[in-house]
Amino acid sequence: MTEKTVTPTVNSAGYDVPPELRQSVAITTLDKIWNMGRRYSVWPMMFGLACCAIEMICTAASRYDLARFGMEVMRPSPRQSDLMIVSGTVTKKMIPQIVRLYNQMPEPKYVMAMGACASGGGPFKEGYNVVSGVDQYIPVDVYVPGCPPTPQALLHGLMKLQEKIDRESITKVRWYQKDEIPAIPVPILGPDIIDPRDNAAIREMASRKAAPAAPAAQPETAEAPAA
Amino acid sequence: MSEQTPVKEAPANPPTELEKRFPGAVKRDERAGYEGHIVEVAKLHEVAAAIRDEMGYDFLSSVTAVDYYSEAPEGENFIEVVYHLYKSTGGGALVYRVQVPRDDAVVPSLVDLYPGADFQEREAWDLYGVKFEGHPDLRRILLWEGFAGHPMRKDWKEPYFEEDVKPFKNRWPEGQVYRIEDRNPVGKNVSYPQGFDPEGFQETDDPRMYESLERSSQDFVERIDTEQVVVNLGPQHPSTHGVFRMAVRMHGETIVGLKPVMGYLHRNHEQIGERNTWTMNMPFTDRLDYLSSMSNNFGYALAVEKLIGEKAAPPERAEYIRVIMAELTRISNHLWAIGFLLNDLGAFFTPALYAIEERELILDIFEATAGSRMMCNYFRFGGVARDLPEGILPKIKDLVTDRLPRKVEELDLYLSANELVRSRGEGVGVITPEEAIAFSAAGPVLRASGVPYDVRRADPYSIYDRFKFDVTVRQHGDVYDRYMIRIDEIYQSLSILRQALKDIPEGEIMNGKNPYQVRVPAGESYGRVEGPKGELGFYIVSTGKANPHRYHVRAPSFINLTILEKMCVGQKIADVVVNLGSIDIVLGEVDR
Ligand code: SF4
Repeated sequence: MTEKTVTPTVNSAGYDVPPELRQSVAITTLDKIWNMGRRYSVWPMMFGLACCAIEMICTAASRYDLARFGMEVMRPSPRQSDLMIVSGTVTKKMIPQIVRLYNQMPEPKYVMAMGACASGGGPFKEGYNVVSGVDQYIPVDVYVPGCPPTPQALLHGLMKLQEKIDRESITKVRWYQKDEIPAIPVPILGPDIIDPRDNAAIREMASRKAAPAAPAAQPETAEAPAA
Repeated sequence: MSEQTPVKEAPANPPTELEKRFPGAVKRDERAGYEGHIVEVAKLHEVAAAIRDEMGYDFLSSVTAVDYYSEAPEGENFIEVVYHLYKSTGGGALVYRVQVPRDDAVVPSLVDLYPGADFQEREAWDLYGVKFEGHPDLRRILLWEGFAGHPMRKDWKEPYFEEDVKPFKNRWPEGQVYRIEDRNPVGKNVSYPQGFDPEGFQETDDPRMYESLERSSQDFVERIDTEQVVVNLGPQHPSTHGVFRMAVRMHGETIVGLKPVMGYLHRNHEQIGERNTWTMNMPFTDRLDYLSSMSNNFGYALAVEKLIGEKAAPPERAEYIRVIMAELTRISNHLWAIGFLLNDLGAFFTPALYAIEERELILDIFEATAGSRMMCNYFRFGGVARDLPEGILPKIKDLVTDRLPRKVEELDLYLSANELVRSRGEGVGVITPEEAIAFSAAGPVLRASGVPYDVRRADPYSIYDRFKFDVTVRQHGDVYDRYMIRIDEIYQSLSILRQALKDIPEGEIMNGKNPYQVRVPAGESYGRVEGPKGELGFYIVSTGKANPHRYHVRAPSFINLTILEKMCVGQKIADVVVNLGSIDIVLGEVDR
């Protein structure tokens, strides 16, 4: 036995383990164990929106190999997944489904905005059917820039997510609190997308005399087409 | 019509064949830079029927609307619906158009003559508010029922409207940069009609879709009487290849009706394209069919070059580079399509992984030449953006003479004769040649049905007339043939690549300098290429300004979907995903 001073290892919780036990005993916190399990088994949802999804698939394929992170188990069902990678342009027509999927995912759940579109609208931001970033509707944990982000960038984003998971504590995370986590209200496809949380603001905006950039053409869609 | 006027040497209107055939109903389009004829709205159906039956223009390539709008009342104020037709035996286009007033845009529908007009007319209704009289199912297609206004009209402004054309002033160096969200009271990209109250609002899109599904469902008589059920596949479904949705009505497990629902990725490509300058659109075309950006670049560049004329003719070397890139794209696209079709057939991800491995090698070449794996943005009007990097040609040569043939043969060997692939593919989703043409199917879908139509051969562009290659064709029109035709096409592409690599000359890669702004003379043009998914067309109208007046994409994935219902009805639910996989769609192109 050498008489070296005890250097706290990564997993040390700050307690000294007697030297003779160090081979077989390690002391750590419950949080660390918990987080370790969680960080290596983040199952993403198999859910592609646009071009970025192609790079996501490439990341999962053999060259970049998502399996190294324990993340290769892509689940088509939101019920079985932990991570929603919003990989592509979020449109107004799609956002109700995205919110619904998000609500269906069980906690703990994470959201990654992959690419410029999901993060803030991207190249198509000005479009009339495009949502300027998925974070206007659901909370996002990690943003990955790029158009599309390369697989390396996506992997970096996933590592950032792992770092985020590392900082969690089971006493504080929201899904172990007493109160129920409210579901996010699902947007409605009206004359434009309606976020029920904005109802008051919408009514206000629509009652103004000349709403900025109000559509000039009259809505004439509800009636049946001339046939 | 005006035959009696003495015609000397001036090319003053000898009546064209169409004008002779339909006196009074058809007149030549005399605007500078336009081709084709203007047809009286009331006579459209009659003329179209005659053109199809007497003149043999049986393939309706594109239907689209153009809004000619000016704020001044005496200016031109009408909506034009433009039709591009071809013969399925090859040759150039026949163009005709109708003009209707903007506030009363009603045009007879051609769906009964050309079923392939179905979705395209619905799109024109959705985006331009053109009512197609007699259309069996005129619902919005990319947006949803209840959306306020028809957004492609020139007087419709999106919520984030800044200016009519780019570059926007606030992006210039002295411009005051602001976040456009901050100008909107809700902070989001929305606007509502005046007095709108969101409380208790009911959606109308889905109910109307289900109604239409019920109307078109066929009565099915079976021995066991079961209740008909409606199943929705998508928009979040592992085998819809993106955010695509199908509402399927079933009798037992047999499909009696199917309605594709799309628009979940409608990102306003065309409207943004009309605000962009000509060059700015190039990177946007990458994002159409994001698996084959080079082909999209090709189509757009061709359309604009056609309008500019000689000044933008690409030099030899650039032409070769273009062909090389386009064919590499076709291979990578088909590899992907095959991999994911097998995925749908039940070989979960193993073939796809092998296919992606080869595709990665092609992407490496794209990354080396264009700087990006997927979004290449490589073509310019009159050439390509930059020359091939040092040492890439031997690499490509290696790939196309050694690695790819080997690997494709391997795929072919293990998959094509595979028991499961055959039994799940043969006789499934059969499309006859007549149906394929009538439904304006293009590309592999058309050729797998026994129609040897390939734009590269039927209406050659670029330098494709110099290469020896076979137009692939298969006869059964089922899923298996649509799979096989892609393997065939990879072999043909490899052969074209080998020829191109042998002949590629040294020299310039741009005709003149690569300008920041191009000057495009007024007029219209329709450029089309044989993309990996089929005929990819760009219809552009220029008024001589810095940005297009109209920018329309004839997306093969979108139009190929018209035939999906036909393919699936009468089959089992499990075949739906296979049929869809065999069409090979990309949602970026379907929804644009
Ligand atoms: S960020 Fe770029 S690559 Fe990703 S979805 Fe948007 S446009 Fe496509």
